[in-house]
Parts: sequence; structure tokens; C-alpha cells
Amino acid sequence: MSDPGTGVVQQGTGSEASAGAATGGADVGLPGREASLWSDAWRQLRRNPLFVVSALIIIVFAVMAAYPQVFTSFYPGTADPRSCSLSNTVGRPSASAWFGYDVQGCDYYANVIYGARVSMIIGLATAVFSGMIAIVLGSLAGYYGGMLDTIISRITDIFFAIPTILGAIVILNAIGERGLFQVTLVLVTLGWMTMLRLMRSSTIERRDADFVDAARALGANTPRVIARHILPNALAPVIVYGTIFIGVAISVEASLSFLGAGLQLPAISWGLMINGSFTRILQAPHLLFFPGLFLSVLVLAFIVLGDALRDALDPRLR
Amino acid sequence: MGRYAARRLLQLIPVFFGATFLLFAMVYLIPGDPVAALFGERRVSENTLNELRDQYNLDDPFLVQYGKYMGFIPDGDEGLSGVFQGDFGEDFRGREVTAIVGQRFPPTLRLAIGAVVVQTVIGILAGIVAAIRRNSFWDSLVLVSTTLVVAVPLFVSASVAQLVFGLRLGWFPIAGLRNGAMSYALPTIMLASISLAYTARLTRTSMVENGRADYVRTARAKGLHTPRVIGRHVLRNSLIPVITFLGVELGTLLGGAIITETIFNIPGIGRAVFEAVNQREGAVVVGVVTMLVVVYMLANLIIDLLYGVLDPRIRYE
Repeated sequence: MSDPGTGVVQQGTGSEASAGAATGGADVGLPGREASLWSDAWRQLRRNPLFVVSALIIIVFAVMAAYPQVFTSFYPGTADPRSCSLSNTVGRPSASAWFGYDVQGCDYYANVIYGARVSMIIGLATAVFSGMIAIVLGSLAGYYGGMLDTIISRITDIFFAIPTILGAIVILNAIGERGLFQVTLVLVTLGWMTMLRLMRSSTIERRDADFVDAARALGANTPRVIARHILPNALAPVIVYGTIFIGVAISVEASLSFLGAGLQLPAISWGLMINGSFTRILQAPHLLFFPGLFLSVLVLAFIVLGDALRDALDPRLR
Repeated sequence: MGRYAARRLLQLIPVFFGATFLLFAMVYLIPGDPVAALFGERRVSENTLNELRDQYNLDDPFLVQYGKYMGFIPDGDEGLSGVFQGDFGEDFRGREVTAIVGQRFPPTLRLAIGAVVVQTVIGILAGIVAAIRRNSFWDSLVLVSTTLVVAVPLFVSASVAQLVFGLRLGWFPIAGLRNGAMSYALPTIMLASISLAYTARLTRTSMVENGRADYVRTARAKGLHTPRVIGRHVLRNSLIPVITFLGVELGTLLGGAIITETIFNIPGIGRAVFEAVNQREGAVVVGVVTMLVVVYMLANLIIDLLYGVLDPRIRYE
């Protein structure tokens, strides 16, 4: 029982085939269909409209982050977020300036579009690095147990005892200079614990499974057992939470920047824009509305995507 | 039960020291000289600066500072005075941190208690409705509205609420605390909104799961009314995860309090920490955050012990 997926005609796009590691004899599905957890999940996801819509939204924001010019090329107003004219200060949205102008007279549409970049980078980087810490330490703690598990779990408890926003404000002030790198670092420092606990418990759940014993009996060494047999099966809850966590990290970054503890001007961040809107909120509610809308839609997309992944990856809910 | 409580309390000790040490380390890594910053542009004699640095132990090695702060190492002529003697230090103007907390804590406490009440009552009610009328309009409404509430960051929704309900419609006071209880209404609702959605969803999921349990079928089979089956059997068992969640969410509530207090200009503890960080009042930051961490840990301990009351199947050995 090495790999129930091999030797079977593969359906789907094939990209999921690499993830089709052993899932145990009980999961072997209909003949002619690939039956791993991941290919099953993919088949279900493609039919879920919520998944498709949220994935499309995220792709649009990813393009906006990588190539903001795409969104400003057809725009009739000033496409440069840094080219400002004080005579336009807090101008209302109009046909030539879709989102109006901010207090400095900068074009707000260009600013909001360029603001996607920091949110996407910080969100993705935070989730990826926290996930890596969680996967490595969590699977080690779960697999070996004993002293190593105790040490890792107690360190997790300590970090868990520090409330995120409070802790982030304290550390970011200690660092002084607050750019993309520093904010990401702080969010990772305060954000890896939940995923580690998920990884640890799902590793423990699978450590003594029959297919792991079988792999060991066939002579697989420990690194191979962890990497090929336990990880692909234990990863699902971490991936689900990790997706939602991208949204959470984006939201926390914006909140910190809003409070003045995150990114600093002249960085272009939705949190900073909303902070800047406060002095003129009555004359110019659009300064609050547009960055708030973009931020909320992006966070929503990641949360819905995570929910869809959970439904697809947790066979117990089917 | 007693032994379990004692063991849990003992487990808190390393967490407490780890967390306070971590915070202490971070705060005292803040670059720059807080004593020099105290005087701004004014010229001060080197002697005065040294005296102040000595008074606040800024010249000691880092570990000694931590020891003196916690009250393990005697501090000059004052003897042992630190967290374990109930002394959380004082700021550079000589005010006791405990006094600052005493002054700034009540607004936050009112805000937090209000938020927990709103979130628990409305969240659990919404969850019950969604679970009983599963796949109905109400269920979808709860699902969609909770997803939206989770997605919109608190600082955005609170700013919009302040603009619409405070400034435009004038239903609520805009900011500050001059309007008595009404001043708290809008901030409390906004603070409650972040965790309300999760509370509702958790109640729903948990009730749907428990609704399939054997003891529920038994209760129905012996002829109990539906309200009694739900209230007495399903709900009671479904509240356990909800209560755990409320404990864990205290941390989020504290973060949310900083944001709400900033937007609605409420002079609470969240604002106090934020101001202290900006003014490099290390002692205030560490003191207040230490107290908050202790409150957070104790609340979670109490919730762990509450399990046994709610679920007699759990036995503490």
C-alpha cells in the first residue's frame, strides 16, 4: 500500500497529483478516479460558486498588487499616486477622478489601487512564514512527543498569552523603523501559534494510523514517514486556517497602520489612508469609504476561500 | 477538582514569567534614551540625568532590571519592591502604575463587560435560531451577516458607524464620555460585533452536532416538548465550546478596546497603553500589559474550571 493514486488514470488538471500521497486503504474510491483527499477536495471546490468567486477576487487583487498599472492604464484621471496638487484637496468623486482626491490633493483611485500591494505582500508573507514555523515545529512536536513536545508547547503558551494588537504595538515601537519587513516580522512572531497547535494535534492524530505503520514496516525512515505520509494528510487544517489567516493578517496590518503603530508615511496602505481621512471625515466620507471597501472585500475573499476549503477538505462534514 | 485547579495554577507560572520577560525584553530594547527624551530640547545637567537613570535602574544589566522589577532583587535602599510586592513601578512623572490603571480601567471595564453581554446574548440567540431553523432564510441571514461582520475590520466598521449614526443621524453621542451611559452605547456594540459573529456560528455548529446525539433522541422519545429538549439538553451541552471561545477572545477584546477607545476617544486602559508606548513610558507599558496578561490567564483558568460545572462528563483528576 504505497500510493493508492498511482497506476490509476488521473482526472482533473493533474496539478493535484503530486499531493496524492497515501491516504489509507479505506479511502480508495471508484475505479478510474483519483481518490486522494486533495483531488477529492479539488473536484468539490470547482463546483462551489463561493470558491470560484472568492478565488477570482483574490486573483484580481493579486494582479492589482503586482501590476497596478493595469488598473490605471485606462483611467482618465491622474494615474500616479504620488502626483498631487493641493488645489484638488478632498475633491469629491467625479468622472475624471473616480474616487475623488485626498487631503493632499492626490488622486484617490490611484492610491487605493496601489494600496493593494502592501496588504497582499504582508498578508501572504505572514501566513507563509507563520505556516512554515507551525508545520516544522508542530509536526516535530506531534511526532516525537515527550520532552520536545513539552518545550515547544510551553513556548507556544507563552506567546499565546500576549494579546496580538497590544503585543504588536509594543514590539513595533521597540523596533522604531516600521516598514514592510518589520510589520511582517511582528505579525509572524505573534501569529504562528494557532497553526502550530493545529499541526501538532493533526500529526498526533495520524502518527499511529495504519498507513503510517505500513510505511514504516516497508522500511521508510523517519524523515520519509513524516514528509511523505504524515504531512500531506495532516496539512489540511493548517491550510484552511492559513488561508483565513491571510485575511486576518491583512486586517491586523491595516488596524496597526490606522493606529499609527504600523506602516508609516509615505507608504501607501489602506490603514494609513483611513487614518488620514479622519480630519475631514464630514466633508469627505469617500476618503473612508473606498479604502475601507477594498480592504473589507479582500479580507472577505480570504475568509470565504478558507471556509470553502474547510468544507472540501473535511470529509466528516460531507 | 482542587488538585486540578492547583495543577493548572502551577502551569500558569512559567507562562507568566515567559510572557512578562518577553514584554520586558521588547520594551527595554526600545532604542534611545527615555530619560533624555523626558526633557526634550531643554538642557539638563549630566548629574540629573544620571540620578534619574539610577532611580529607574536604567544603568543595570537587563536581567538585573527584570529581577528588580519583579521584586526578586533588592533595589538599593527601597529593598524588595516589585510586581510580587504589588508594586508595578511608576512612570517618569512619579505616578504609580497601579494608580494609572485604577484611573483608566473603569471605562474599559464598562466597555468590555457591555461588549461581552451583548455578544453572548445576541450571538447565542442568533446561533440558536440558525440551528433550529437550519437551511431557512434565518440561517442564511445569520451566516451571511456574520461573514460580513468578520470581514470588515473593526476600525473600518467603527469609523463608519461613528460617521453614520453619530455625525450624520445624531442617534448616538459622537465621542468622549460626557453623555453618561449613552456614550458607551455605540462603542460597546462595535466592540461586541467582532466576536458576536463567531459566537453565533459556534453556537449554531455545536447545536447542530449535538442535535444528532443519542441523548437528544432519548429525550424526544420520552415525550419532552421541543423547547425543553433544546433548552435543557441540546443548548447546555452546546455552550461548552462557546464558553471556551469567550475566554480565548478576551485577547481580541483587548485589542479591539484599543481601536474602539481611539476612534470614540474614550480614556480607557487601551489608550493608556498606546500613549505610554509613544511616550516611551516603559514602566507603564510593562506594568499595564503584565496586569492584562494576568487577567487574561486567570480568566482562561476560570473557564477551564467552569467546564466541570457545565459538563459533568468531564472529571478533573
